[in-house]
This record gives sequence, structure tokens and C-alpha cells, in this order.
Amino acid sequence: MESKSRSRLVDFLLLLLIILPLVAAMVLKVCTTPDAPLSEGVQISGAQIYFTIPLPLQDLPITEAQINSWAVMLSILGICLYLTHGIKVVPDSKRQLAAEWIVEKVTGLVSDNMGKKFLGFAPFVAGILALSALSSLSSLLGLFPPTSDMNVVVGWAILVFILITHYKLQGGLWNYIKGFFSPIPFFAPLNIIGEFATPISMAFRHYGNVMSGMVISVLIAFALRNLSVMVLGWLPGFLGQIPFLQIGLPAVLSLYFDIFSGCMQAFIFAMLTMMNIATAVPEEE
Amino acid sequence: MLQIAIGIILGCCAIGAGIALVAGIGPGIGEGQAVAKACEAVGRQPESRSAVTSTLILGCALAETTGLYGLIIGILLIFVAPGSFVNILKNAVEWAVSKGIPLQ
Repeated sequence: MESKSRSRLVDFLLLLLIILPLVAAMVLKVCTTPDAPLSEGVQISGAQIYFTIPLPLQDLPITEAQINSWAVMLSILGICLYLTHGIKVVPDSKRQLAAEWIVEKVTGLVSDNMGKKFLGFAPFVAGILALSALSSLSSLLGLFPPTSDMNVVVGWAILVFILITHYKLQGGLWNYIKGFFSPIPFFAPLNIIGEFATPISMAFRHYGNVMSGMVISVLIAFALRNLSVMVLGWLPGFLGQIPFLQIGLPAVLSLYFDIFSGCMQAFIFAMLTMMNIATAVPEEE
Repeated sequence: MLQIAIGIILGCCAIGAGIALVAGIGPGIGEGQAVAKACEAVGRQPESRSAVTSTLILGCALAETTGLYGLIIGILLIFVAPGSFVNILKNAVEWAVSKGIPLQ
């Protein structure tokens, strides 16, 4: 009896761990956003800088994107702990089934795309997938999505680049250098550019999709507000100030840009990570 | 004089953004062809619909990349570049004035 109530308490605390970081990020955003004038021009800005840590060479700015991605990471940690809390050999709870489904899907994805010997990569791929998807989806809560800051995505791409180089170097340093001069030495500059183009293109693809969605949403919301002031401005009193035309269309756009595009880009980023790493590992004789 | 320079900067940024979005032509044609082939494939083998659709969406998202590069450049040119260019210009003018260099 006592163990049951303790387990309930742990469940409750883990649920709090899922929700609290996101709520904290939202509160922080609401508290620090300056009161912008409601009309007058389109406001599109990058991540807001919360505070800076003074360092000897250059000050380290702590931006919205960093805070939000840490909040998302804490939330993912909470989700993992919640789903795997109190697992049994024979599953009897829905959340254990959900956890097993996730693990099964990711393992299947990795073994389909990379082969059986790369199954150790499954947690890494699942981590990238979850972090990227939930980061993009956090814009549904009104947060600044960390993936629409280029630094965050470039960080992930550099991580993948280091992994690729690590696995290429496993075939020997000489083979790695020789790889740049194949098929003929004339191609060396192109090969070197191609090597660095991989992480840049991965990062730009993800960042560009999320950010362009955000910009297009803001532009359309702005245009709809102006249109509704123009068309419905004759209504008496405060009724003329309410942008009625903004109802509806932005929600449909958000369905595509935030949900579909965000999840799609997360999947593609994970997919490219798997492909690049799988092709980087030297073939065993 | 300064106003004319700022006007030229703004106008050239807008023209550059317009030219950058020409990059959208390529992905448009490419994705159209991909979708056409996918429709043919589904018509030929209706039972392979789900596999074809998922491959198509993945391929389309990959083909979109070059267009997105153009879009990013366009957005940067409209929302970011004018401000920083104008700042550079103003700093240069201040520097010239402080050194006593005559501005024409």
C-alpha cells in the first residue's frame, strides 16, 4: 500500500518535471518581453538575449534559444523517466507499452537504414529526433522555437560532422587523406568542400524550414490585420479594432508550418545523420 | 548625400532579395517531376502506395533545400542586411568626419 502511494508521488513529480521547464520558459518569456507597440510594422527578430556572462575573451550571451532548448531537454528527460517508471517484465500499463513502441520503432528505423551492426546508434538517433521535433513543436506554446536559431542547429550538425569524421578516421589516417584525392587528385578541392558542405547543408535545411515558416506566419498575420482594419474599420467603437480576419487562416498555416514541417524536418535530420554515419564507416574486409 | 546612399542600400537589398528567390524555380520543377512520377508509380502499383508516399515526402523535403537557401538569403536581405549595412555606412561617415576627410 505504502509503495503504491510512493509510486504515485514519483509519477506526480515526474509529470511536474515534464511540464515545469516549459512553463518556466513561458513565464520567463512573458516577463522579459518588452511592451512592443501593437501596430506599426512587422517585428521579426532573432532570439532575445536574456543576460550575458562576462568572459575574458568575449561575453557569452544566454539567449532565448539556449534557455528553451534546455527546457525542452529537461522535459524530454521527464518524459523518458515517466514512461519507464515502474516497468515490469509483463507490461500492464499503457505508458510501458508506449515506451516499448517508441524503442521498437527507433530500433527498426536504425536497423532498416544503417544495418544491424549500428544498433548502438538507436539512442542517439532517438535523442536527435525527439529533441528536434519537440523543439519545433514548442512554438505551439508560444515559445521561441530553438530550431529557428541557426546556432542550435549548427551545433547538432557539428556533432554529426565530428561523428562522421571519427568513423572515417577509423579506416586509418592514410585512407582518410587518400579519400580526398579519389578518383583523381584534381578533385581534391571539390572533395574538401563537399566534406564541409554536409553539416552546413543539414543545418541550413532544418533552420531554413522552421524559420521561413515563422516568417511567413508573421507576415500573413500582419497582412490579415491590416486587411481587417481596412475592410471592417467602419464598425463602431472597439469592434473596428478587433482583427476579425485573423481568425482561422493562421491556425491552418500553423498546422502545416509548425506541426508537419517541424516533425518532417526532425525526421529528415535523423535520416541524414543515419545515412552519413553509415556511409562513413569503412567496409570490413 | 547620406540619404541617397541609404536609399541605394535599401533598394539594392530589395532587388537582391527578389533575385535570390529565383532559386525557387529549380525545386518547383524538381518536386513537380517527383510528384508526377510518384503518381505514375501509384497508378501502376496501387498496393505500394504507402511506401511511395513516404519516399516522395522525404525526397521532396530534400529537394526543397536549394530553394530554402534562396529564401534564407532573401529574408536576410530584407530584414537583417539593410540595418547592418546602414550602420556600417554611418560608422564610416563618422570615422571620416572625425579624421577630417572631406565627404563629397
